[in-house]
Amino acid sequence: MHLDHPVTMPHRHAYSPEPLRADRGLRAFRVGLGGPVGSGKTASVAALCRTLRDEFSLAVVTNDIYTREDAEFLLREAVLSPERITAVETGACPHTAIRDDISANLEAVERFDETLHPLDLVLVESGGDNLTATFSKGLVDVQIFVIDVSSGDDIPRKGGPGITTADLLVVNKTDLAPHVGADLATMAADAERQRGDLPVVFTSLTSDDGIREIADWVTGHLARWRAKAAA
Amino acid sequence: MSAGTQLDRPKAAFDPASPPTGTEETCGHPDGVRATARIRATYNGRVTTLPELRSDGPFHLRRMRTGGRAATVGVIGAMSAPLGGDRLALDITAEDRAELDVTTAAATLALRGPTTAPATYDVRLSVGEHACLRWLPKPLISAADSNLHQTCTVNLAATSQLVLREEQILGRANEKPGHLVSRIRVHRAGRLLLDQHTAYGDPEPGWDGPAVLDGHRAVGQLLVVDPELDLQRAPVLLRKGTKDGCAVLAPLAGGPALLATAVARTSSALRELLNEALGHAFGE
Amino acid sequence: MSRAALLLLADGRFPAGGHAHSGGVEAAVAHKAVHDIYSLEAFCRGRLHTTGLTTAGLAAAAAAGCDPLLLDDAADARTPVPALRAVARRLGRQMMRAARATFPSAELDRLAAERPQGAHQPIVQGLAVRAAGLTPKDAACAAAYESTGGPATAAVRLLSLNPLDASRLLARLSAETDTVAAAAADAAARVTTEGLDVLPSASSPLLDITGEQHAAWTMRLFAS
Repeated sequence: MHLDHPVTMPHRHAYSPEPLRADRGLRAFRVGLGGPVGSGKTASVAALCRTLRDEFSLAVVTNDIYTREDAEFLLREAVLSPERITAVETGACPHTAIRDDISANLEAVERFDETLHPLDLVLVESGGDNLTATFSKGLVDVQIFVIDVSSGDDIPRKGGPGITTADLLVVNKTDLAPHVGADLATMAADAERQRGDLPVVFTSLTSDDGIREIADWVTGHLARWRAKAAA
Repeated sequence: MSAGTQLDRPKAAFDPASPPTGTEETCGHPDGVRATARIRATYNGRVTTLPELRSDGPFHLRRMRTGGRAATVGVIGAMSAPLGGDRLALDITAEDRAELDVTTAAATLALRGPTTAPATYDVRLSVGEHACLRWLPKPLISAADSNLHQTCTVNLAATSQLVLREEQILGRANEKPGHLVSRIRVHRAGRLLLDQHTAYGDPEPGWDGPAVLDGHRAVGQLLVVDPELDLQRAPVLLRKGTKDGCAVLAPLAGGPALLATAVARTSSALRELLNEALGHAFGE
Repeated sequence: MSRAALLLLADGRFPAGGHAHSGGVEAAVAHKAVHDIYSLEAFCRGRLHTTGLTTAGLAAAAAAGCDPLLLDDAADARTPVPALRAVARRLGRQMMRAARATFPSAELDRLAAERPQGAHQPIVQGLAVRAAGLTPKDAACAAAYESTGGPATAAVRLLSLNPLDASRLLARLSAETDTVAAAAADAAARVTTEGLDVLPSASSPLLDITGEQHAAWTMRLFAS
């Protein structure tokens, strides 16, 4: 069932899933990464894995358009061992799998919780989609939306649920801005108008440590979530 | 069994207008043949013997010469059957430790006969502990305007071995197939292993469409049950496309059993697929 | 009992994982056996009278209160290829999650505990229908409808068919869907006196073969 209605706000679950597993242990923190095709979602996931894997126990769920392509990229790049990477098929509707019917993704993340001990963090990467795709709060604890400057500096102005509601907006490929005539200041101003206080990171993932700010944001949220769950 | 009629059937007025009636469903047509042939094989401590070999109706049973401890029986068609209204059954039992091969001499041709009422053809196979039965009949051909309800009921012990092949050819050359309904049910050690029902030919809805046969006129299965089978392997796919036939060989859920399912354009292509599957089943 | 509850359970938007499955139509499209609305209708009709009838019988029997574990074995015996058994159990797990959230019942909890890897989906669906206070016939109807609704929706995406044509196709099949559901529910009603063998076991060789082929593909849009 195709449920992508660009004119309406995405349906959200009214609750977040419990942070405790059935055995009362803490489950892994779940981070969703969405955004249009080619904006750098898979590159972000790869960079986050390389940056965080020594300190945290990680796993990745990909939602490929054409099954396993992104999962296979991550395997090839050897960012994590194979048992920590899995792919979910989405039946040509990647946004449905992360938003309207999250059951296959929940299966995948819960399976990681069961099989990988201890597990700190699961990254759920959506299939490349349009600007309306967001993650259900029933699936992830926080979500990151990745766009890039080369797709047009008017994207933040156009908005859409991903731009306006994601917990973190990443504007990637800032190094390309002069070449594609993108105005970063305008993008920043538009993003602020759309998002209010929600954070925006401008970065180039190909630069040294271009992932650092995003990684720090993730680990900060992980720490706060744990503190809250323990309270 | 075979198309060549060797014995006279009961005389019947041919009346294509006579409609099937409800009672025929259960009792058979008055003009139809009722026959139950039986084969029982036992092991005498040295070789397999055949204490019961009861020919009946169209089934003429013949003991074939064999070496080794197995017994072989050929089922030879004694008259054209099944025709509409016939009630045919074949009971084959391999008792504990017996080893029995049963074949048919010629293809079984289902024809219309004197009535459009369905014929029934029930094959019942029973295999004891440490016994082995190979039931490898020639194909069943569903000729135009025939109407046959076929069942194959198999009861296996936990240590039984079975090789079973079923081939169905839908229509002779360039003719529309008849109506062929089949059900196979296999129990092993009291537990259901396989239950499948197929229905081909008019008036079955959708039977020739892309979800069921997609124009293929030869369809068959090969079932291998053997406690020694290596089941820890990936399913075998034979031929990647579907146009010229294809098959899959894969383990069943409920026991040490592999089932090959194949569809093909011709009976020879079907046999080739099932022979390949048999080779894979026994680890080639 | 609530009619609306049945609509909820039979809705393709019910979050039980169905949207990622094509019911064999992705393989049929790849083989060019399904290429337009007419071949899609033939596909759906064939699936309705094979897989649809069998799953409707299992769902109706579960809704009628037959032992779900025995039904699960019966479903295994009716599903000879591992790829389709895995799909049925995976969808069963996903259906279980959605069903327990929407129509909590001790029977669903018990089956979830006894089959942690998932029971066959139609059995979970039947128990969900039962938990919603609906009838075996309702369960059969939902399962039979799903056997064509899933492939039709998937084919619209795969072949860019006109969705109105696909809806018209499903409307044309609706009387046949009712007939299949009625036959399945009749069989389920006879289980207590005649045993589980009375349940339909209609099967299709091509759905089995291509289901296993599809599972071996490395590039695909649908999970089955």
